[in-house]
Amino acid sequence: MATTSTPPVEHRPTASQITLRVNGAAHRLTVDHRTTVLDALREHLGLIGAKKGCDHGQCGACTVLIDGHRINSCLTLAVAADGAQITTVEGLSDGEQPHPLQRAFLDHDGFQCGYCTPGQLCSAIGVLAEAADGHPSHVTPLPGTGSGAPPPGSPVPLTSSEIRERMSGNLCRCGAYTNIVDAIEEVAP
Amino acid sequence: MRPFGYVRADDVETAIATVATEPDARFLGGGTNLVDLMKLGVERPGLLVDVSRLPLTGIDPVGDGKLRIGANVRNSDLAAHPLIRARYPVLSQALLAGASGQLRNAATTGGNLLQRTRCLYFQDVSKPCNKRAPGSGCPAREGIHRDLAVLGHSEHCVATNPSDLAVALAALDASVVLRGPDGERTVAATAFHRLPADLPERDTVIAHDELLTAVELPAPPPGRSAYRKARDRASYAFALASVAAVLDVQGGTVREVRLAFGGLAHKPWRATVAEQALLGAPATEESFRHAADAELAAARPLRDNGFKVPLARNLAVRVLASLADANHMPQLGS
Repeated sequence: MATTSTPPVEHRPTASQITLRVNGAAHRLTVDHRTTVLDALREHLGLIGAKKGCDHGQCGACTVLIDGHRINSCLTLAVAADGAQITTVEGLSDGEQPHPLQRAFLDHDGFQCGYCTPGQLCSAIGVLAEAADGHPSHVTPLPGTGSGAPPPGSPVPLTSSEIRERMSGNLCRCGAYTNIVDAIEEVAP
Repeated sequence: MRPFGYVRADDVETAIATVATEPDARFLGGGTNLVDLMKLGVERPGLLVDVSRLPLTGIDPVGDGKLRIGANVRNSDLAAHPLIRARYPVLSQALLAGASGQLRNAATTGGNLLQRTRCLYFQDVSKPCNKRAPGSGCPAREGIHRDLAVLGHSEHCVATNPSDLAVALAALDASVVLRGPDGERTVAATAFHRLPADLPERDTVIAHDELLTAVELPAPPPGRSAYRKARDRASYAFALASVAAVLDVQGGTVREVRLAFGGLAHKPWRATVAEQALLGAPATEESFRHAADAELAAARPLRDNGFKVPLARNLAVRVLASLADANHMPQLGS
């Protein structure tokens, strides 16, 4: 990015070639810079598990894991994610064996229409990892407050109030929330 | 969305030089607000300079008890950092009261402070808005303004700043480090965001060619701190009103107090009138109520947001009272 030879805006390319590593497979693709990770997955790679709900980061249906962290794929530009490791709902199962969280969603009836479910699943995978890493939430007691606060950095127990707070970025218009909380609680350590 | 060029910055200097030469270039961080605004047509950059991979990711002691937070530290990582959790609880609580887990994983420290108002008219390009299109008017003043400003607004703009982090930083006397083509300057957090006056298009004092590179926290103030937020649902909503407070009580008397309101103004509202009223006063609910009322006497509510004044007062009283109670318990980290 040499400034002396920076071409004016109108001459800049508006597309780039990138690599996305999705569910273990590397994909080389050329994307218009306006393409989000969500659109790259759905329109370029045919992975239609992640859903486009609001397309503004408000509903969580597009949630995927990028480099192990859950994010809204509708607000992430594909070009900015060049080289990233992405896990979508299609990558959760072990062959024909569903992920334990998928099994729990089935057992607890954690959905009705299913539209939000891929996002709920990916978000819940992120929640389990974040709590194991000791990441606090809004409802986690502060250290030193004497009310059962986990020591800083140690795993945070996923009570139902922790799960509710941590999953608040995933909306479900069928209202399957209580069953979703039960499913996650079953898989939580 | 308008087609745009994209470059990934390799270093801070080149990123700044590139944006400096192009008026419609923007820095891209986590993208959680900028990409949304581009979809809405509010932002129409011709070039994005991606600074999200620059190594501005440290949370480092820099002497005198200060802590320097790199602009690219993610909101989730900052809220979870053991030093922040133990020494600046108000900061961790403010971050965790904002957005969702997914958004906090992507949003950066710098981007959080530069996010734009969620005023409906600002986000709707079919409507006039003095912040988005200077001189076009402000329909919010007579329209939907339940969540907008009660303090410090002008005839041109009644928007509120949406950041929870900024409110905590205002209470902590933090600073913001801005790097431009000619070097670096440090601005007090309370002077970084501005009131709308007759320039509502300017949210902050940052220049087009300046990059927010870090936030600096002074040594933790004595006493305890907390953040409390009132919103329309229990989680994942912007503040109707919020309070960041630091309180030190000795022998039943207020020795030190810092108070800032969120959700009430175009910038985090540092409550200096209330602080003056409380210094040396008995640490009682009556003192807290008197001080909050003194601060909020300046409020000029709009037709539908008058409820924010008692809401903010009650939040302040509750937070200060809980901090006064907590003074009986051992302190961590200070």
